[in-house]
Amino acid sequence: MTQPTTLYQKIWDAHVVERRDDGTCLIYIDRHLIHEVTSPQAFEGLRIAGRKVRRPDLTLAVPDHNLPTTARRDAAGNRIPIADPEGAGQLAALERNAPEFGIRYFGDADPEQGIVHVVGPEQGFTLPGTTLVCGDSHTAAHGALGALAFGIGTSEVEHVLATQTLLLKQSKTMEVRVDGELGPGVTAKDLILEVIRRIGTAGGTGHVIEYRGSAFRDLSIEGRLTVSNMSIEGGARAGLFAPDEKTFAYLKGRPMAPQGAAWDAAVAYWKTLVTDEGAVFDTSVVFDASEVVPNVTWGTSPEDVVPITGVVPAPESFADPSKQAAAKAALDYMGLTVGQRMEDVPVEHIFIGSCTNSRIEDLRAAAAVLKGRKIAGTIRQALVVPGSGLVKRQAEAEGLDRIFTESGFEWREPGCSMCLGMNPDRVPAGERCASTSNRNFMGRQGPGARTHLVSPAMAAAAAITGHLTDVRELVGETA
Amino acid sequence: MEPLKTVEGRAYPLGTKNVDTDMVIAAKWLKTISRVGLGKGAFEALRADPDNVFDDPTYAGSPILIAGDNFGCGSSREHAAWALIDMGVRVVIAPSFSDIFASNAFKNGILTVAVPQEAVDRLMEVAKTDPIHVDLEAQSVTTPFQDRFSFEIDPFRKSCLLGGLDEVGLTLGNTSGIEQYEQKRAADQPWLVPAVA
Ligand code: SF4
Repeated sequence: MTQPTTLYQKIWDAHVVERRDDGTCLIYIDRHLIHEVTSPQAFEGLRIAGRKVRRPDLTLAVPDHNLPTTARRDAAGNRIPIADPEGAGQLAALERNAPEFGIRYFGDADPEQGIVHVVGPEQGFTLPGTTLVCGDSHTAAHGALGALAFGIGTSEVEHVLATQTLLLKQSKTMEVRVDGELGPGVTAKDLILEVIRRIGTAGGTGHVIEYRGSAFRDLSIEGRLTVSNMSIEGGARAGLFAPDEKTFAYLKGRPMAPQGAAWDAAVAYWKTLVTDEGAVFDTSVVFDASEVVPNVTWGTSPEDVVPITGVVPAPESFADPSKQAAAKAALDYMGLTVGQRMEDVPVEHIFIGSCTNSRIEDLRAAAAVLKGRKIAGTIRQALVVPGSGLVKRQAEAEGLDRIFTESGFEWREPGCSMCLGMNPDRVPAGERCASTSNRNFMGRQGPGARTHLVSPAMAAAAAITGHLTDVRELVGETA
Repeated sequence: MEPLKTVEGRAYPLGTKNVDTDMVIAAKWLKTISRVGLGKGAFEALRADPDNVFDDPTYAGSPILIAGDNFGCGSSREHAAWALIDMGVRVVIAPSFSDIFASNAFKNGILTVAVPQEAVDRLMEVAKTDPIHVDLEAQSVTTPFQDRFSFEIDPFRKSCLLGGLDEVGLTLGNTSGIEQYEQKRAADQPWLVPAVA
């Protein structure tokens, strides 16, 4: 009998091209996503050395970070110029480089355009058992479909473009096992925030996390994408979910997924992608789903998580002196006082979007809370930014856009938007945002901006009341 | 990449400890689309001081930079290495380097030389008046005054720098493994190629 192995080990072994003496392996990369920020210098490197892209057919380019989320074409169909010349330069470079190197490209006004990590799964470009990379740390998201997916730097982008491989050392494995059922109003976002609260932002360093147990299995693919997306906030380079019937149902019929007989062959292989009974993980974290409540962040690190029913913690409550200092600085930056009830914290901005929470299910969850209600008069800006043009269309077909706009939200074009202060959507200094994104770092949503990470339903609830709110109170425990 | 065997010339006697990548190249330069031209943004904040070493004509165009402990800490931005190369620096000498910077420097053809603080102090002194000689083959730093400091380097990195080989070039140097792998997968799992090309 062969040793029982983990899912991670199986995918790794299937991609080893060469093994070196020091344990470094040349790993084959099945899928490469490109966006405008981390690719220009990689293409430049190829051009200078006179190299080409080895497998343009395994590469897909989409702009997202710099794109404004307002209209991109005027009434006559002409491109509306982008104010920031450098952002425009990066976008123009991608638009030039993709065709020059024969890479498929979804442009800023194509319906398929969106955030790379939304587009990959949605197109069926992301597949179980594949290795997938992108010059972006939230590439971990694709692990939701059982792909070994992680972020890389510009030099590595160039290496993958030219060789379709990367030199890597194997990671350690961590199992996060949560069994049981999530309570009413508790979502995938609350679950991953709970994981990060428990393990800390360095807890997964050097590891690939496999999410196991019924609470994770019961999540939809959208929910799994939310969880896996934030693996990197727990320090892990990648997250993994074993592919199952839900995964296959999600992928079937997607434009780039296998079709016909090829589909059947693929599914037969994907069914082998499970961690064997008795396989050993280097680290294990186990808790019960009933312990998870709607969560919110209070500080400037994604591990700074408290229940929405909780209060701002005292820095002295942390054992580690460096964490105490960080907490003090965070409270200063966030303008919060120790003991303040989270539900009493007023917000002026609401952002529903980002590769963590901008898929159709996220928009449905927010719309369900907003339906027939108006946002509070104290809200200065409330944005909904669908993760892709296709999500946007789907939401419009379901009438969700009307629910959002009637309640006072702005309905925008797909992109990274207010997740990071790189495009025109920003939170002004000193103002506060309930955000469905993944990072609450200082300055992440704009210099001096204060971020509270929440689920889409909780963001919608905060929009209605004007302060952080337990969505369960607003819609009743049965929602 | 230009092979690097020996480097001789004047050296910027910076000497500062904990030079982070933000000091090497500030965040506002990250929205560029080229590795070329970042030299003009290098050490921008330090250059606000009129007495800075980078704008002192004595050191103009120096291929060597001497710094204090923990050079290149902070953000992982590869732009720091691109900025140094663009300003003509091929060798950085310091008591220690951040791992990520050292790796980025190597990937871009910059030699990082770690020598003890006393050696750095002596080289800082010499650099003010005379050139410094770095010999990668011999793994030594010498001065016109018979100083000789040796340094360690990973043999793989050494051979890459000596040969001017970048990692992409090395992998491309032998693609038979990749070709075999691709053939096998095309036969076993043809569905791995996206349905719409
Ligand atoms: S939405 Fe945010 S986290 Fe996701 S890719 Fe864009 S900037 Fe990165």
